[in-house]
Amino acid sequence: MPRFVLTVAMAFLALLSWGASASGYTPASVPNTLKQRITACTSCHGANGEGGTNGFNPRLAGKPATYLYHQLLNFRDGRRHYPLMTYMLRPLSDAYLHEIATYFSALDTRYPERHPPRLSSTELARGRTLVHEGDPGKGIPACQACHGARLTGVEPAIPGLLGLPYSYLSAQLGAWRNGTRRMRNPDCMKHVADRLDARDIRAVAAWLAAQPIPAEDRAQAASSPGHDLPLRCGSVEIGE
Amino acid sequence: MIVRWKRYAALGMALVLTAVVLGAATASGEKDSSHGRTGHEAASAVQIARGKYLVRAGDCIACHTAPGGQPFAGNRMIPTPFGVIYTANLTPDKATGLGDWSVDDFWRAMHLGRGRDGRLLYPAFPYPSYTKIRRADVEAMYAYLRTLKPVHSRTNPPELSFPYSWRRLLLGWRALYFDAGEYVANPKRTAQWNRGAYLVQGLGHCSACHTPRNALGARKSGQALRGGMIPEQGWYAPDLAADAHGGLAGWSEQDIVDLLKTGRSRKGTAYGPMAEVVQNSLQYLRNSDLHAMAVYLRSLPSRRAEDSAMSSDAEQLPAKTATALVARGRVIYRRDCSACHQKDGRGVANVYPPLAGNSVVRAANPVNPVRAVLLGGFEPTTAMYPRPYSMPPYAQRLSDRDVAAVVSYIRQAWGNAAAPVSPSMVGEYRSIPIH
Repeated sequence: MPRFVLTVAMAFLALLSWGASASGYTPASVPNTLKQRITACTSCHGANGEGGTNGFNPRLAGKPATYLYHQLLNFRDGRRHYPLMTYMLRPLSDAYLHEIATYFSALDTRYPERHPPRLSSTELARGRTLVHEGDPGKGIPACQACHGARLTGVEPAIPGLLGLPYSYLSAQLGAWRNGTRRMRNPDCMKHVADRLDARDIRAVAAWLAAQPIPAEDRAQAASSPGHDLPLRCGSVEIGE
Repeated sequence: MIVRWKRYAALGMALVLTAVVLGAATASGEKDSSHGRTGHEAASAVQIARGKYLVRAGDCIACHTAPGGQPFAGNRMIPTPFGVIYTANLTPDKATGLGDWSVDDFWRAMHLGRGRDGRLLYPAFPYPSYTKIRRADVEAMYAYLRTLKPVHSRTNPPELSFPYSWRRLLLGWRALYFDAGEYVANPKRTAQWNRGAYLVQGLGHCSACHTPRNALGARKSGQALRGGMIPEQGWYAPDLAADAHGGLAGWSEQDIVDLLKTGRSRKGTAYGPMAEVVQNSLQYLRNSDLHAMAVYLRSLPSRRAEDSAMSSDAEQLPAKTATALVARGRVIYRRDCSACHQKDGRGVANVYPPLAGNSVVRAANPVNPVRAVLLGGFEPTTAMYPRPYSMPPYAQRLSDRDVAAVVSYIRQAWGNAAAPVSPSMVGEYRSIPIH
């Protein structure tokens, strides 16, 4: 566009806005909802918390509220490391983070398509064994022992493992091994991840990412107050 | 790299010389103006409450709390251009905190920048500002800190590169850049103005970010609150003058108070490091103190047009490139931004900040609008707005060229007249680590 036209257009725009202010400008109305407030969250995690399409930003919808709240605190307080999340959360209060966690926990929405890598049947069998039985020889409990028989999580603080992208799952296990994802002590997932080698992580993440979502996809209720876990877990013990 | 090393070496030599020549003089010239009290006098509830207020006004908790750590237990890592230092434990733990500190020890740290053992403190602790705080206020802060629960937490030693690791060099630095002395009221000004100046210059230590710094990390003289890059954080702390060419041009006293109290105002929103200052500190200040600060800021000397926040140091783009960028930016703005900031750039009152006439958008240094687009973010939670709105991050969705386009557009639309931003500049800002 020639510069002259642009200049005239700018001048016109400026005049327009001046005119608006002179004639009593009515601002647009913004929905007074939490959904509108948290577009910073939904722009990556999906409008309904279904997760991003990039294979990394995880699903938030339907995860146990206390689990989500703990993750927000962990990011804000430096136990989980993703600088953009820490930056987002730093100026926010506990009460607001709790409200945001509860909001996503109550959502129920479609699962995004997942594209797990194709693994050999031997590798997949290893993944399935780790999930259902663990590896007692290496001190690895079965995923099911904590994350529920359906692997959809246990209220209030243990997340489900289904419907998550392969890259997200494998990155979390790697982060625990490297100490860049932590929870309040005792850190049970650190114990588990330290005993998984790179092939185990690949196998278990790929097997989980390939599973269909069960009809009942919500976290199961805690069976008993103690919920007999094979390991002590800080995030379960502290509750809210 | 070699050039940089040489520069530091030269600086180091200069410092050594300065230390030798001026050190002794400084050491003898710095008199401890403490009033000779040593014991722990019983603090009254009123004094403790006042101390709590002042500790909040100074935002001590921000630096003296590690992420996820106990409040005031220190050991937060503070990156500086000279290396890393860790903050002190302010709780009254005897072994690792201020347990054994007398009120005089505390006064000496705040007023003279010296530790209990007499060691020179690194000026990342903003004693060049705190020296202005009155003795009675320092005593109240001390009284409050002594009421905290002692937390046993040892502070890591500094990790500074040579020659900065040599503490004696601070004698030279102090001779050049540190004047100890309580705030002296200006009798030609009102009590309100003086209160504002006292808070802004002293406890508020606004100059720690808003005054440009020289190569040795000292605030440049004669440039108080003229805006500067915050060391190691990659954000530009704006010029705080409210006259025609200042960074707060067009801000009323109430606009300034609103931003400090609530994080939002008619003219703009607090984000990045300022959002935390509002959340931790400023929202708790009395309205009378916030008005005093605003009155003082609005009296800052006027800026010349050529020094103003609007004159540009951005790189020059060929006119044709700039025109194409702005045209593309307009399309992106309509697609991604106008739903909240509105087509006319006026935003939505008390929800989404205006971009038209926004001094940060128009600032010579375009780092803030570029990073705001890349990172998005939340306004701070405050008592007034406990459930803030937010802006999505666009780092993953927009290319360097598209970010440059949309920022160039908002810098030139609606009567904003700032220089466009190049894609390579966006690439540079994209790689700034997020703290």
